[in-house]
Amino acid sequence: MSGRDAILGALRRSLKRQAGDDAAVEARLKAYERGPVPARAQLEPTAQVDLFQAMAEEHAASLTRVASAQEVPGAVAAYLKAHNLPQRLRAAPDPELDALPWETQSLLTVERGRAEAEDTASLTGAFAGIAETGTLMLLSGEDAPTTLNFLPDTHIVLLKASQVVGPYEEAWDLVRAKFGPDAMPRTVNMITGPSRTADIEQTIQLGAHGPRRLHIVLIEDGA
Amino acid sequence: MRSTAHSFKDNAKAAMADPQLRRALDNVKTGFIGKRAKAAARLPEFEALRDASRAIKVHTLDHLDLYLERYEKNVLAAGGHVHWCESAADARAAVLEICQRVGAKTVTKGKSMICEEIALNEHLEAEGMIPVETDLGEYIIQLRHEPPSHIIAPAVHLTKDAIEADFRQAHTQFPKDRPLSEPRHLVDEARQVLRTRFLEADVGITGANFLIAETGSSVIVTNEGNGDLTQVIPKVHIVVASLEKVIPNLCDLSTILRVLARSATGQEFSTYTTVSSGPKRPEDPDGPEEYHVILLDNGRTQMLGNEFREVLHCIRCGACMNHCPVYHAIGGHAYGWVYPGPIGAVLTPGLIGIEEAGDLPNASSFCGRCESVCPMRIPLPKLMRHWREREFERRLTPAPVRYGLAAWAFLARRPALYHWLLGLEMRVLGALGRRKGRFAWLPFAGGWTRHRDFPAPQGKTFQALWAERQGTRAP
Repeated sequence: MSGRDAILGALRRSLKRQAGDDAAVEARLKAYERGPVPARAQLEPTAQVDLFQAMAEEHAASLTRVASAQEVPGAVAAYLKAHNLPQRLRAAPDPELDALPWETQSLLTVERGRAEAEDTASLTGAFAGIAETGTLMLLSGEDAPTTLNFLPDTHIVLLKASQVVGPYEEAWDLVRAKFGPDAMPRTVNMITGPSRTADIEQTIQLGAHGPRRLHIVLIEDGA
Repeated sequence: MRSTAHSFKDNAKAAMADPQLRRALDNVKTGFIGKRAKAAARLPEFEALRDASRAIKVHTLDHLDLYLERYEKNVLAAGGHVHWCESAADARAAVLEICQRVGAKTVTKGKSMICEEIALNEHLEAEGMIPVETDLGEYIIQLRHEPPSHIIAPAVHLTKDAIEADFRQAHTQFPKDRPLSEPRHLVDEARQVLRTRFLEADVGITGANFLIAETGSSVIVTNEGNGDLTQVIPKVHIVVASLEKVIPNLCDLSTILRVLARSATGQEFSTYTTVSSGPKRPEDPDGPEEYHVILLDNGRTQMLGNEFREVLHCIRCGACMNHCPVYHAIGGHAYGWVYPGPIGAVLTPGLIGIEEAGDLPNASSFCGRCESVCPMRIPLPKLMRHWREREFERRLTPAPVRYGLAAWAFLARRPALYHWLLGLEMRVLGALGRRKGRFAWLPFAGGWTRHRDFPAPQGKTFQALWAERQGTRAP
């Protein structure tokens, strides 16, 4: 008998029933019934964006607002300069990022692709921002290598105000709308602030293994 | 790991005499409790979320076979593999087979209590591989060849001075006079050392906080980002998880995530929550080429069918041990195996036997703090009592305790005799202790009087006093 049959058999003995009809399970899975959703996460759009910013900053991320995508390269270069970081970026191979006016920043070098060990700063888009806890949701894909979210010391994320949702469930609804039922991107990263640890005497230190800095550039696209 | 749960009493005595451990444990008392209380108070829906989280687990366990079949189907659809393992040995063999097939040398590991449970590191080392723990706390205790002393803060028993000494001994590649006294220095040095390991790893092994039936995904929740570097860089990602980790869908995940970090560290949300489904897709620029799930039973199907089913609700947040006065006094190692604290006192006898771990469910005053903070409302004191009942039935309880209980039960069934004897005892003790008002020594109560005086009774039982006040006769 295989381990699979043995385990399923033992489960059914413990549950005192036969291999079963999973109609109840099917219905439960598809109902997408929400648990208690915090009132905090159910606001009108402007307040939602403000909450996203407040929560992200509480978790040690920083955030700059810009009026349009045209201003992004300038904001990124200014952030690197303010932190004495090299004017180099590894950007996700994302057409939306490619289309930004990088030529306005002559000192800034932008390379595309997955992260390499020597990269100091990365730039990625985001799939959603979740106001409830200031959490970013990033999906892996052709234009979004996961290594960019973890290897470089500094991670810069581009987020549009129109991408900010209230609770986690709304972000999952968007994923489902994009990929269809039962399908998922390989990796969904929910990121709330930079990497941290409290493993030494419970004192919080940023930059344990992932990025030391998480910076969000928020495009106020009139949502 | 080899259990020392059978020598719990000696372990506890040694722990209480260890001044460094006392200092380190003060951090548990002062830190975790206040942070959890603050996080819970900040979210008005917190108690409702605890109820909803518990209901999710109750429902899933009632249909566990069906959810696991659904989960497996969706892992396969995403291009992953599921290995059903009845025992720790089966799980070790399955991991080893994968590692050997791909010729693995360095194996990085995210934090996983199930890997501790199946003693995976020793096994991989014996086969010539180099397992590297990458969670900072786990890395520190791996250097020390120690088991974790807490399920979410494995090195909570250590002070920074002890860690500095370990790093100086292990990291001989750095200058001897480097500054290393502050947590910042230690974190930076570990980051530098482990970065190399992440990049050279052939296989990455993580645990799973949850498995999602709807999508065939595994979920890890971390703060450091080590779990993500562990699973995204190597060619092979192995998830080691026990079968009760499955929950139905992403709405259920959202609900339980709202109580997990708040109960554990008092954070609103952990830094990284990562949902992984299968290996890298053809168009993906990075990610593992193989994705395997080791699905471990190791006695859990049995627990599902007996009075310990509710243990399987546990989401391993650590709140029960953070709030436990016994854990505060002795730390995690005294419990002698993988899982310390109240959850360990209930889970360990189920996994390695009540004969080995019988002292654990007895090491509780039943103060109930664990149950009051458990996000899944597991009735831990009740479950500990079930173990005590089993011990009594199987005559595993020490003889003096058994005879004592039998004598008490004899009297408790004969109220008149009970009250007469108790009244007599109170009068005698009251008369003997009248002068000092306390006893420095009493027969059969050495365990109490060795450490503190026993207050002398006032000469009458409560019931007698009550009857006097009511103007009736004592029973």
